[in-house]
Order: sequence, then C-alpha cells, then structure tokens
Amino acid sequence: MTRPVPGQSPPRPAAVAKARSARGWAGWLFVIPAFAFYAVFVLRPIALTAQYSLYRWDGIGPSTWVGLANYAKVFTDPDLFDSLVNAFKLIVFFSVIPVVLGLTIAATIRRIAQSRLALVARTVLFLPQVIPLVAAGIAWSWLLSSTGVVNQLLSLVGLGGVTRAWLGDLSTALPAVGMIGAWVLLGLCTILLLAGMSKIDPALYEAARLDGAGAWREFVSITVPSLRQEIGVCVTVTVIAALASFDIVYISTQGGPGNATMVPGLQIYYLAFSEREVGMASALAMVLMVLVIAIALPIQRLTKDTDQ
Amino acid sequence: MIIARREAWTGRLLLVLLMAVTILPFLSLFVTALHPSGTYPVGLAWPSDPQWGNFVTAFQAANMSELLKSSVLIVLGVVPISILLGTMAGFALGHLRMAGSRLVFLLFVLGLTLPFEGVITPLYYQIRDMGLLNTRWAIILPLIGLFMPFSVFWMRAHFVNMPGELSESARIDGANVWQLFRRIHVPLAMPAISSLGILLFLWTWNQFLLAIVLVDDPVKRTMSGALGAFQGQWGTDIPLLCAGSLLILTPTLVIFLIFQRRFVTALLQGSVKG
Repeated sequence: MTRPVPGQSPPRPAAVAKARSARGWAGWLFVIPAFAFYAVFVLRPIALTAQYSLYRWDGIGPSTWVGLANYAKVFTDPDLFDSLVNAFKLIVFFSVIPVVLGLTIAATIRRIAQSRLALVARTVLFLPQVIPLVAAGIAWSWLLSSTGVVNQLLSLVGLGGVTRAWLGDLSTALPAVGMIGAWVLLGLCTILLLAGMSKIDPALYEAARLDGAGAWREFVSITVPSLRQEIGVCVTVTVIAALASFDIVYISTQGGPGNATMVPGLQIYYLAFSEREVGMASALAMVLMVLVIAIALPIQRLTKDTDQ
Repeated sequence: MIIARREAWTGRLLLVLLMAVTILPFLSLFVTALHPSGTYPVGLAWPSDPQWGNFVTAFQAANMSELLKSSVLIVLGVVPISILLGTMAGFALGHLRMAGSRLVFLLFVLGLTLPFEGVITPLYYQIRDMGLLNTRWAIILPLIGLFMPFSVFWMRAHFVNMPGELSESARIDGANVWQLFRRIHVPLAMPAISSLGILLFLWTWNQFLLAIVLVDDPVKRTMSGALGAFQGQWGTDIPLLCAGSLLILTPTLVIFLIFQRRFVTALLQGSVKG
C-alpha cells in the first residue's frame, strides 16, 4: 500500500526493499507476543481437544484409542444428542425473540430516538449486558420460582391457574431458561437496531408516506432491508450466545429437571469434570466449536457481501 | 400529524414498559434482600421491617473485601497485557502489513467466535501441568490468550484506517518502527484502546466458567465465580442470597454508570465488529 507521493521522486528500489524487509522483521516482533499467548492458550487446547476426542480417557489413567466412537455416541446417545437439540431450541428464545421484538420496538420508537426518555432507556436497556450472567440467573431463578413475581403478576391478571415453579417443571423449564436469555439480549438488539435506523435517510420514509405506504409497508421495504448488517450482527451474537450458553443454565437449573435444560456447554463440564469422560466431553466440544463456526460464518457472509 | 403523535405515544409507552421489564429483576432482588434472613418472601412486597443489616451480613459471609481485591488483581493482570499485546499485533497486521500477515490475521479470526467450553478441558490439564491450578494465574493467563483474537481484531480495525502518509513522514524523520508505534500511532489510537479496555474489563470481571473450573478457592476467583460459590453455600437463604448478588453486581454497575457513554459506544461497536 505504499504509493509514491506525487511530486516526489520515488526512492531507489534497493532502499525501498531494504526498508520493507526491516519493517517485515520488526513487524513480526510486534505480532509474536500476542500470537504466543494465542497459540498456547487457544490453538494448542483446540488441537488437544481434537486429540482427546479420539480416545477414551478418565483424565488420570492410561487412555485407549477409540477412533470416532465418541462422535458416534454424541449423535446417538439420547442424553448427549438432546443437549444439542436443546441448544437449537434456545435459539428461538435467545435470537428470534430479541431480534424480532427488537426490530418491532426499534421501529416504533424510531421517531422519539432523540428524546430524553430514549437516552435514559439506552442506559437502562444496557444493564443486562453489564452485570454478570450469574447475577441475572440468580435474580430470574427467584422471579420464576413458585412464589416469585412472575406468578404474582399472573395471578393478578386472573391467570392464577397456570402459575407454577417455571424452572422446575419439565415442560416449561427450557422456555423459562430461554426467557432469561431473551431478557439479557433484548436490550442489546434493540439499541443496536435503533442505532442502525438512525443512519437511514429520513427522505426514504417521507417518500414512502407520500406514496401512501403504511407503517407495515415502510417496515418491510425500507427498515428491514437497510438494517441487513445490524440484523446480521444481532443474529450472530445471539445465536452464539444460545449455542454456547453456560452461566445462566448452570445457575438457574443445572441442566434439570431431569435433562430438560441440558445444553452442550454444561454437558461438557459435567462429562469432563464430574463423570471423568474426557474423550466424550472433547468430542462434544469439537461438535460445538464446529457448529458455532458453521453458523456464524455464513451469517457474516450473507450480511456483508450483499452490502457492497 | 395525528398519526405521528400517536406513534410517538405508543413509542413512549413501549419504552417505559421495556425499561420496567429490564429493571424488574433488580427491583425484586432489592426488595427480597430486605426481608428477614431465612424467610421465604412472596413476590414483590415491601417488608414491614426492612433488614438493612442483611447487606452487612452478606458482605461478611461472601468475604466481599477479599473478593474485590481478587477481582481487581485478575483484571490488572489481564487488561493491560491484553491491550499492549493486542495493540502491537493490531498495528503490525493492520498498518505494517508484512508479507504473510494476512494469513496470521485469519488464524486470529478463527478464534473470534470460539466458545470457551470448547477448550476448557485441555486448559484444565495444561494449567495443572504448569502447576498453576488454584492460583489467579490460572484465570489470568488463559484469558489473555482467549481475548487475544478480539483484541487483535479490534485494534487492527483501527490501524487499517490510519493513512499511510502518517508513517511515511515520520520515517523520513528517521524514526524506527517502535518510535513510530509509540510516539505517533498509540496516542492516535487512544479512543480505540480505551473502548477495548472497557470491554476487556467487563468480560474479565464477569468471567464464570474459567473461575469455577480452574480455581477451587472462591476468594481467588472473579466476582462472578465467587457468586456461584456463594449461591451453593447460601442458596437456601433467599434474602441473604439476594443481598449478596446485589453486592456482587454493584461494582460493575457503579463503573458502568460513571462511564456509561463510553460503555454504550464500546459495547455497540464491540458487537458490530465482533
């Protein structure tokens, strides 16, 4: 990228080459420390996970080669496979709800985005992003308990019949965990989308209004297409949060009742550190890492390429 | 005009509702924390005799002063080193662009979306073999590595947009690469660096998985990890647990409220770039 400056005679080629190679050496010296940390604490562990996944190992004694048997078990053992299925079900709550609801809310409050109320809201809606997920888990476990606020509100509006211990009931535990995730991510998505909307040319909306377009038409043909990139970011962040969820589930249900809220992250933790099935834990870890990349990459592509 | 005004009112209503839902858990924690220790309060109800002493009890039970010290030590270990190394690498990969640097950058990008659960098992054995289990280093060193893809990615994005002429003129003045970096580029990169610092602080302070796997002693963990232990120990005493949770989330809350504008910008940019 070193273009010669117009009006100056270009430096002699030999000098340029010398400067470049000196810069090259120095450049690598700048990268090596960062790369060393990355290699030791990320790349090597990834390689080791791949290696462990091919063995049966209790973490202490000798290990035995089992080939791809651990992977076969991940996809056939109902307990392990269900954790993957649960992760995908969580996407509905972690991604679909925050993105769809966030879009709706942002489109509704677009006109008052500069008001004082909206500025206060920006701070308030960020609170779930700032506090530890563990604290969110504890707070919501209490809200969703049998005597919690959620049931109190339900009784108040005459829905006393459906009240229950939401996190302890086989059929509602997973959606309840999902709602905690939705609470954490909704504010972030709303504000991200609102920031994107502020960049849309208001003339577009005026033109649409003059053409007699209603709010829905406006939303579908102007707002959503203009926000392709922001929506892509929201979807990527939230889908990864769903697939790799750990803190919230660990605190609120520990994977129970039964295995109703077991997710891959928690399953890996149990397999590796309680059940001493290091090989199996590693196979599940590999599947999780590949899944995350396989999902994150196309979304990035989709939203970036069409943009240019 | 009428439509616009109606829309504005729906918008306001929606915003207030959304804020109420966001605040509800905090409110519930607070009200519950004021009930007599050991009781099982029902929903949102202001206690007849607020027990402010619960916060003191929880402060002592959770060993808060030690926890704060521990979290600060861990943050001080992770954030400055990550910033320094990330900025240096970002500068080289974004500005110097040596032959082959693109490949190295792609290797870093690979780690950008890595779920920490994917590498936690080998990390445990690696840290054990290094003899660092149950020390703060067990959290500090891996976190520097795990945050490195983002740090490098973030700083590179800044340096890529710096005009090349800036360096050309400095080089004509005889500055070497280090001087160029230290005297010209670092001062200009301060906004990007401070946003990175905020994000790294937040992610370190709230780190849970590494803390519970690699460190047994809650007093040597991050705040978040200690809260997990606190829940295990006091999980049956709801008011005390709520008081403890509030205490543990207070430090980040206070720092957020002080630096809120920077935080919001950093988090917005952080998620866009990440």
